[in-house]
Amino acid sequence: MSAQPKKGAFSGIADAIVQVGACSLFLLQVLAAIPASFRHFRETVRQIWFTGAMSLVIIMTCGLFVGMVLGLQLYYVLSIFGGTAALGTVVSLSLYRELGPVVTALLFAGRAGTSITAEIGLMRATDQLSAMEMMAVDPLAYVAAPRFVAGVIAMPLLACVFNALGIFGAHLVGVSWLGLDNGTFWSNMTSSVDVWKDVINGVWKSVAFGAVVSLIAVFQGYTTAPTSEGVAYATTRTVVFSSIVVLALDFVMTAFLM
Amino acid sequence: MSQPGAPSNRSDDALVQVRGLRTVLGGKTIFDGIDLDIPRGKITAIMGPSGTGKTTLLRHITGQLMPDAGSIRVDGADVPTLSRSALFDLREKIGFLFQNSALLTDFDVFENVAFPLRQHLKLPEEIVRNIVLTKLQAVGLRGAAQLMPDELSGGMARRVALARAIIRDPMLILYDEPFVGLDPIALNQVLRLIRTLNETLGITSVLVAHEFAAVARVADLVYLIAGGKLVAQGTPDQLRDDPSPWTRQFFGGEADGPVPFQYPARDYATDLGFAGGAA
Repeated sequence: MSAQPKKGAFSGIADAIVQVGACSLFLLQVLAAIPASFRHFRETVRQIWFTGAMSLVIIMTCGLFVGMVLGLQLYYVLSIFGGTAALGTVVSLSLYRELGPVVTALLFAGRAGTSITAEIGLMRATDQLSAMEMMAVDPLAYVAAPRFVAGVIAMPLLACVFNALGIFGAHLVGVSWLGLDNGTFWSNMTSSVDVWKDVINGVWKSVAFGAVVSLIAVFQGYTTAPTSEGVAYATTRTVVFSSIVVLALDFVMTAFLM
Repeated sequence: MSQPGAPSNRSDDALVQVRGLRTVLGGKTIFDGIDLDIPRGKITAIMGPSGTGKTTLLRHITGQLMPDAGSIRVDGADVPTLSRSALFDLREKIGFLFQNSALLTDFDVFENVAFPLRQHLKLPEEIVRNIVLTKLQAVGLRGAAQLMPDELSGGMARRVALARAIIRDPMLILYDEPFVGLDPIALNQVLRLIRTLNETLGITSVLVAHEFAAVARVADLVYLIAGGKLVAQGTPDQLRDDPSPWTRQFFGGEADGPVPFQYPARDYATDLGFAGGAA
């Protein structure tokens, strides 16, 4: 038996609009709960550790390999035009402007986002959120807001680590393996990359992606059906919705920040 | 509003007053004009068939669910009209024992019991420790303070949740199905705890339960709810001898009576595909 009844296209669109509206109202509630969440500062720090530090291994590994692939592919493309000296420039601009924030956000959604959704969903299913309400502790301030704030703080830091490891990977391939001059690699990069236009814009993107992914993860967990199937659907929705929204938002932000 | 556990000045002896309660959930009428009083300092049991709305009544009393009509007054405060902050002030004076215990899975037993203290009071760690160990001693689990919730049996988890519910000496404790899944030993322990808390601390208690034999050992007053109405009330002895079909069916455990065994359905023969249905 299908768990979810089949719906028409219009019904699906209406549901999506309702979800967006509910998520927007939830965002307002979470923002309003942030001042109260400062009382639970240790919980916020614990969430930064959990979503940020615990994601470091996957972020560093992926950053390294993305950088290595970029270095390899771009070296061969640039060598056709005799422009391998620009390898450091092209790799760093790709990472700072696009790949760093976007790939980190997608990895963050898969690693920390699903974990946040499952954790809050299980808290909902086992009445832990209701128990907090009954103990006069606001779950929005104790559970939702710290995780949201932690995501906003952790994401840009993780993106920076991703960028650093990506550049290191490209250096490893371009300089150590394929023989590009070390000084050329770094000097071209430092002369072409603008801190405000490239690096800081990438940081702004990662802050926005962190907010979006954290919001979706917390919202899906908070509103999940209190069943094992409901939690499973919610974690899936977190990854799907986060990926779509991050890529769409990336285009919008790129258009405005160019 | 008085502090948690402090005696109230109200002369009225009903801590909770429910008047004209009407609730419709998902198109089904759960309560259809219920009036009842929960007397101060007594143990009151709410009983009734499954799905009759006993837990829903507790959710109304604690303001987790708003009624469609009627009033619910707890210690003089009209719960449905309270602001969120006033509701939280009221909840600080209420202990709630969830059916599944609802322990916080990230914390050990000690931190679960200490949670309300840490969230609401700035107490020195030594005092927090003493209060928590005192409550754990009362439920017989002082030695389990360092265990995690997944290391506890159902009965132990229920007792930890009870220790957490009484950590701030509330004026009212609501027990949602406290006897479900307990072995006879644990059942006796919980019954003794409920009675001891009531006698020593003067806490008003509301029990939602099915087990009449257990309820009869501790309750001062029993309300029987069925079909959205209050169908019987009295002491356990009075209800045991009550001749009404509701009490005879429920307390006598008869399969059929005013409460039908079968959930409303189409004709059985038609459902099975026999032409013409029932003769």
